[in-house]
Amino acid sequence: MAAIHAGGWQPGLRESYLYDRNVIAEIQRAAREGIYDIRGFGAKRRVPHFDDLLLLGASISRYPLEGYRERCGTDVVLGTRFARKPLELKIPVTIAGMSFGALSAPAKEALGRAATEVGTSTTTGDGGMTPEERQSSKLLVYQVLPSRYGMNPDDLRSADAIEIVVGQGAKPGGGGMLLGHKISDRVAEMRDLPKGIDQRSASRHPDWTGPDDLEIKIIELREITDWEKPVFVKVGATRTYYDVQLAVKAGADVIVVDGMQGGTAATQDVFIEHVGIPTLPAVRLAVQALTELGMHRRVQLIVSGGIRTGADVAKALALGADATSIGTAALIALGDNSPEHEEEYRAIGSAAGYYDDWQAGLDPVGISTQDDDLAGRLDPVLGARKVANYLRVLTLEAQTLARACGKSHVHNLEPEDLVALTVEAAAMAGVPLAGTNWIPGSGEASR
Amino acid sequence: MAVETTTEVELVDLAASPLRDLNRRLHELAGSDSRPDRWRVVNTNGAHAVACGLDAPIEVEVAGHVGYYCAGMNQRATVRISGNAGTGVAENMMSGTVIVGGNVSQSAGASGRGGLLVVHGDAGARCGISMKGVDIVVRGSIGHLSAFMAQRGTLVVCGDAGEALGDSIYETHIYVRGRVAGLGADCVEKEFRAHHRAELHSLLERGGFDDVDPSGFRRYGSARTLYNFKIDNAGAY
Repeated sequence: MAAIHAGGWQPGLRESYLYDRNVIAEIQRAAREGIYDIRGFGAKRRVPHFDDLLLLGASISRYPLEGYRERCGTDVVLGTRFARKPLELKIPVTIAGMSFGALSAPAKEALGRAATEVGTSTTTGDGGMTPEERQSSKLLVYQVLPSRYGMNPDDLRSADAIEIVVGQGAKPGGGGMLLGHKISDRVAEMRDLPKGIDQRSASRHPDWTGPDDLEIKIIELREITDWEKPVFVKVGATRTYYDVQLAVKAGADVIVVDGMQGGTAATQDVFIEHVGIPTLPAVRLAVQALTELGMHRRVQLIVSGGIRTGADVAKALALGADATSIGTAALIALGDNSPEHEEEYRAIGSAAGYYDDWQAGLDPVGISTQDDDLAGRLDPVLGARKVANYLRVLTLEAQTLARACGKSHVHNLEPEDLVALTVEAAAMAGVPLAGTNWIPGSGEASR
Repeated sequence: MAVETTTEVELVDLAASPLRDLNRRLHELAGSDSRPDRWRVVNTNGAHAVACGLDAPIEVEVAGHVGYYCAGMNQRATVRISGNAGTGVAENMMSGTVIVGGNVSQSAGASGRGGLLVVHGDAGARCGISMKGVDIVVRGSIGHLSAFMAQRGTLVVCGDAGEALGDSIYETHIYVRGRVAGLGADCVEKEFRAHHRAELHSLLERGGFDDVDPSGFRRYGSARTLYNFKIDNAGAY
C-alpha cells in the first residue's frame, strides 16, 4: 500500500462516479458541521445552455451586414404597455438586482456608474435603495421584494422602473438569509432590524398571495407612482409558461425570467443545484406564453441566468428575449475571483476561479462584504470602468453575430437563425438539431 | 379680525369621476400648500387603491367600503374609512394615521414603517405581517399568523388573537387582552413592566379607545432564540 500513500493516481485506484471526491467531501462536511452548505454564486452543475446552440451565419440564401461598417442597432425600450415613461436602454444587457448588504456600497456604486456609462439600467436589491446607488445610476430599477426591507414610497417614486420580485433563478420558492456577520449598523438601520442577527428575507409577499392579488398590487404601485413607471415582474424559472401568462394577465409591462444558473449571495447549495429549470428552456417557454397571448414584444422579456458572452446575449435575443440581464458576470468583471488575489483566497480556504463564499463577508476584493477595510479596497471608478468595458464587449459581440446573420438590429435575430448541438438543447430551445429539421417535442404540449 | 380657517371639504364622487383623478389630485398636494386639506370620498363601492401614496398633512374621509390597499404607503395624511377595508389597508405606511370604522381583511398594516393604524372592528389573518415600525390598534380580534416576522412597532389587540401569533417575530411588541389561540415560533408571553403599561396606555389613547381598561392585557414578544441560525433549533420551524 506504500505506493498509494506516495500520492497521485495509479492503475487500480478507481474513483466512484456516484461518490466522487466532491460528494465524499460534502458528506464528511455535513457529518462534521451538522448544517447544510450555504454559498453564493449560481448552479455549478452542467445543464444545457446557450453553448449548445449555434447561429447560422448568412451565405447564399441570406445576406450579411458589413462588420465595422453597417449599423446594427442595440437599443431596447422596456415598458411600452402601460407606463407613461418607458425605460430606454442603449444596449440589451441590464444589471440585475443585487442588494446593498449582500454587496458593499462601492460595489453597488461601481455597477451604477458602469450601467450609466453604457446607457443601461441597474437594479436595487433586497435591502432598499441607497442614495449613492440612486446618484450613480441614471436608470435605476427599484425592487419590491417579499421582505420589503427599506421599502419606501419616496424611493419608489424616484426610481425609473419597479420590479416586483416573485422569485429568482437560484432559489425559486425560497426566501433568503443575510447572515448576522454581514449586518453592519447601516444595513441594520435600513432594514429596521437589530445589528448582528440573521435577517430572513421572506419567500412570500406580505400583502398578496396569488395572480388575482398581484393584479391589484400592480394597480396600487401604478397609482402611487401615477402610472409613470414600467412595472416588471421577476420570476425564477420553474413553471415558466404559466408564470409568464399569469404575470401578463396581472398587468406586467416587462417580465424577467431568471434561469437556474442565476446567482445568489447566500443560498443552500442543495437549493441552487436542484430547484428550477435552466435558462434555455425558460426563454422558449416565456416566448411561447407571450406569443400565444399576442403579447410578444408588447410585454418585453428580460432573460437572465448564465449570460456570460455576447453569444449568450445574441442567442437569448434570437429565441425572442428583448433584453438580457447579468449579475454574476458583472461581479466577475468587477474583480471577483481575480487571480490577483490568489494568496488571500487561499488564506480563506478557497482559490481564484472557485470562490463562492459570497455569504461569508470575507471577500478579499471588497465586493460581497460589509467590512469597511475590505470594501475600501474596491475603487468604484476603476470597477465601473471594468464593468462598462465588459458590457461594451457583450454588446459588440452580439452585434457581430447579428450582422453575420444579416440583421440590422439585434432584435431581428430569430429562432430560425439557430440550431442545436444536442438533442436536449434542441428540445429545450425548440430549434432543430444541427443538420436536421428535427425539433424534439415539437407539436406536443411542452409547458 | 378672526383668523380664517379651512372648513370646506372637497367632495369626490367615485361614481362620477375615476379613481385615477382622485389619486392624482391627492398626490399633487405633496410639496404644495396642501389645499384643500379636507377631502371626502363617496361611492367607493369597494374600489382598490383608494387614497394610496399620499404625502401631505391632509384629512381624507372615505365614506363606505374599500377594496385592497386603501391608504397604502401613506405619509403624513390622516385617512378615515367609515366602512370595511380589504386586503393590505395602510400597507407599508410610513407616517400619518389610518382609521377604519369597520372590519379589515388580511395583511392590514403589512410592512408598515411608521404611523398609526386604528381598526374599530376585527382584522383578518396576517394583521401586522412584517411590520417595521407602524403601530396598530385593533378594538376587535385578529386572525391567524398576525405579526408574522414583525420587526418593529406595536400591535395592540383588545379582542382575541388567532393561531400562530407573532410567528418568527423580531422586536415588535404585542399586547392582547383576550384569548390567544396559539403562539408562533419564537413568540412567548413576556413580563409586563411599568414602561409597557405606559406604552399600551398611550396607544389606546392615540387610538381613541379611552374606554378600554389597559390592565387586562398580556404582553407577547420574541424569545430571540431564532435570531442566529443554530442547527439545534431546526425543530422549531
